[in-house]
Amino acid sequence: MAVRRLHADQPHEFAFTPENMAWAQETIAKYPEGKQASAIIPLLWRAQEQSNGWLPEPALRYVADMLGVAYIRAYEVATFYTMFQLSPVGAKAHLQVCGTTPCMLRGAEALIAVCKRRISEEPHTLSADGSLSWEEVECLGCCANAPMVQVWKDTYEDLTPEALEKLISAFERGSAPTPGPQTGRVSSAPEGPPTTLVDPALYDGSAVGSWRARFPELAEGGSAAPGQSDKSKG
Amino acid sequence: MLLEDKDRIFRNLYGFHDSGLDGARKRGAWDGTKFFIDKGHDWIISEVKTSGLRGRGGAGFPTGLKWSFMPKSDPRPSYLVINADESEPGSCKDREIMRHDPHLLIEGALLAGFAMRAHASYIYIRGEFIRERERLQRAIDEAYAAKLIGKNNVHGWDFDLYIAHGAGAYICGEETALLESLEGRKGQPRLKPPFPANVGLYGAPTTVNNVESIAVVPDILRRGGHWFAALGLPNNTGTKLFQISGHVNRPCVVEEEMGIPLRQLIDEHCGGVRGGWSNLLAVIPGGSSMPLIPAEECETLSMDFDSLTKLKSGLGTAAIIVLDKSADVVKAIARIAYFYKHESCGQCTPCREGTGWMWRVLERMARGEAQKSEIDKLFDVSKQIEGHTICALGDAAAWPVQGLIRHFRPEIERRIDAYQAAHREAAE
Repeated sequence: MAVRRLHADQPHEFAFTPENMAWAQETIAKYPEGKQASAIIPLLWRAQEQSNGWLPEPALRYVADMLGVAYIRAYEVATFYTMFQLSPVGAKAHLQVCGTTPCMLRGAEALIAVCKRRISEEPHTLSADGSLSWEEVECLGCCANAPMVQVWKDTYEDLTPEALEKLISAFERGSAPTPGPQTGRVSSAPEGPPTTLVDPALYDGSAVGSWRARFPELAEGGSAAPGQSDKSKG
Repeated sequence: MLLEDKDRIFRNLYGFHDSGLDGARKRGAWDGTKFFIDKGHDWIISEVKTSGLRGRGGAGFPTGLKWSFMPKSDPRPSYLVINADESEPGSCKDREIMRHDPHLLIEGALLAGFAMRAHASYIYIRGEFIRERERLQRAIDEAYAAKLIGKNNVHGWDFDLYIAHGAGAYICGEETALLESLEGRKGQPRLKPPFPANVGLYGAPTTVNNVESIAVVPDILRRGGHWFAALGLPNNTGTKLFQISGHVNRPCVVEEEMGIPLRQLIDEHCGGVRGGWSNLLAVIPGGSSMPLIPAEECETLSMDFDSLTKLKSGLGTAAIIVLDKSADVVKAIARIAYFYKHESCGQCTPCREGTGWMWRVLERMARGEAQKSEIDKLFDVSKQIEGHTICALGDAAAWPVQGLIRHFRPEIERRIDAYQAAHREAAE
């Protein structure tokens, strides 16, 4: 568990933009009548996106009112789930560096050292000009592409300290670096020549329909009416 | 023998091909779906039982059996909830399914939902997988547009599929915590019983399955339960997505047969252990919660549920974290202990207090700043956490610590000796 508290300095009010409001109504409609509270995480997340990447306290009350839940429930959700940023983050980038063992084994500590030097000594602290911030997060599920960082919606994988330096410089300039592996590798395929999935027959459409051979009732001239048999034909 | 390409289920695992509906269809998805549905609920369940499929989320519970627990006639709606909260350190397979082969998951959701008489399903994705969520939503939209799912679809079974998401809490991968989160609360696990099959989402019958378990179902039906059962080993059947991270030359995710020898997996697909096989120190075979296995036991290790259980570890999610001899094994486990401290939901005292306690002791042990008697005390405390909490997070936090002590006690003692010697010199 981590101790997480609301920021001391809060704006006075919050309201969804008309676009976000329309989106919120659609999201609430995904859940059965009377179960609107289910939409609390997506709505708080949208509120965070609308508020420059952090979740102000008036947004908690706003979303709670929208869903008809007690304020304390929204506070609980906001403080329990660590993706909700409770204090302001960098305007250009908030770097989330994965520090869990698979990333640590491949150099996450060196990435954190870069963040400390380039952004700020302490996590969750804005850089001097307010454009950047960073934090160490727990496993982000990109372990075969370790070490990595997430910035907003994207992941930057297979990093080295040098590659991270370049990324930070790009964010400082306000440009959007290409997400994914920074080594030219494709997703989580092993680097270099592929070891699997090279048979062209997988991709030429020849697999389509091959399942029919398993069912005698579908054989040429046989009855095409399924649903009669309940026996496993293996 | 390695798995042949023709027997692979995830044919677009790396995203080299079109992940959209047309591409998926060309690779064989959404083919025969109506026929299988017309065969009936029980036929699908029986075929999945024949396949021997065991849940791919870590626990390895037989999937077909789990489905058969769902009530056959109940006034309440039934729900299929798909657990895409992939967060176990080392695990990165469901991500590849969702962004590269999403139609296998959607088709599997329809078939599984039909088998358990569910007309609605939620896929709960971890909050950080934002691009994966977007990709999957695109695929769901395509499936709706093509009337493959939704009301009055071509398959004759009304089926709505929605994406829900979390916001950064490992515990929501635990099925009842996931349901709490899906209902809009903190993800704190529920007491079982009642089990979700009786009282699950919104108090209705619910089955929670892992992404991979659901995504392999269409191919099991197309090729037959016996085809799947013939792959792998008895009681450990089929193919599996293995995820290899850490100190190998070419980390990757790869689909292989269950029971593949660890050494073959690493040598064939990952370019070997960094510095060669003799440089191997240990592996964590199934995600961070599984006790590590020292190099000498890795030589002939078979990667399946039963073989790993015999070694007091487990296959878990088949996420293999490799440590070579340059790794600081005590620190690696201390970092895992920190992870569990961070992710404990705080509900049960043994876990909330114990995970922090174990982490602090391990941090000292990594530096040698401890007494040898504390090693036994640490083991004892881990045993008092294990099995004394509502959910398995307590166990998951205890096991890696126990594995470290079981196999690397001399290393911990060596550090304590070195630390004490250094401080004795300093004092003199």
